[in-house]
Amino acid sequence: MYQDWIWGLVGGGLIGIAAALYLLVNGRILGASGILGGLVDGTERAHSKERLAFLAGLVLVPVSVVPFYSSVDTHLTPNLAVVIFAGLLVGVGTRLANGCTSGHGVCGISRLAPRGMVATVFYLLGGGASLLLFKHVLGVI
Amino acid sequence: MRALFAFIAGGTFGTGLVVSGMTDTTKVQGWLDIFGDWDPTLAFVLGGAVVPMFFAWRYTDGRLPRLGGKFPAPPEPKLDHNLVLGSLIFGLGWGLAGLCPGPAIASLSYGGFGGGVFLIAMIAGMLAAPPARRWLDAVAGSS
Repeated sequence: MYQDWIWGLVGGGLIGIAAALYLLVNGRILGASGILGGLVDGTERAHSKERLAFLAGLVLVPVSVVPFYSSVDTHLTPNLAVVIFAGLLVGVGTRLANGCTSGHGVCGISRLAPRGMVATVFYLLGGGASLLLFKHVLGVI
Repeated sequence: MRALFAFIAGGTFGTGLVVSGMTDTTKVQGWLDIFGDWDPTLAFVLGGAVVPMFFAWRYTDGRLPRLGGKFPAPPEPKLDHNLVLGSLIFGLGWGLAGLCPGPAIASLSYGGFGGGVFLIAMIAGMLAAPPARRWLDAVAGSS
């Protein structure tokens, strides 16, 4: 547990540095759901090259730089019905709210933006309620 | 140049997600499980990420982005039903599978078949958002 906190802090620092770089150099907000969502629904075709380059880095770089990468595992549930339902909720929810953990959480809170803070409170509430419902009440996870 | 720095930002972001444990669904579910055996690591991840960004936002005052353009204007402080409901729905899905959008993309190379299915379902959900938003706005407007 103690080690988890250290890795959490180090990884979090890297996330923050990435977001700071994207803001200060490219002048853009690092929000994963917005970058992907704007591409797939065609609402923000502008900067699509920049978005694709960001996603390419996100997919390709961790494989090559994280030393213990060969041992990492997402431990995702094998229950595909759960996977599909959860994916749909994450997709529709983040686009309705216009942001996710990175955009509202990291970029919004650090800007002291009320929208980012409110969103973060509600997705953490949703996450806690989800574990309560699906794990402790229904026992599906 | 813009694409190069976007690639570097995406790569650094993805590396941070893997290192912090955000791509490990069992860890994330432990971080969200406040009614069970709660692990507070998520607060360290978020805290570690917010600090550099706090200084970055302060640095933007009176300056312009290095590669041109303008910094994003502060969003309208509009706290509406879409923000609240959307975040709640996202949180439910996040807790259920343990993946949020960034880690879902970052783990594509090793997440296996299930990871790909999650990403496709997430994109389908994203495409369903504009009609869902119109419906919610109509319901909110008529009440």
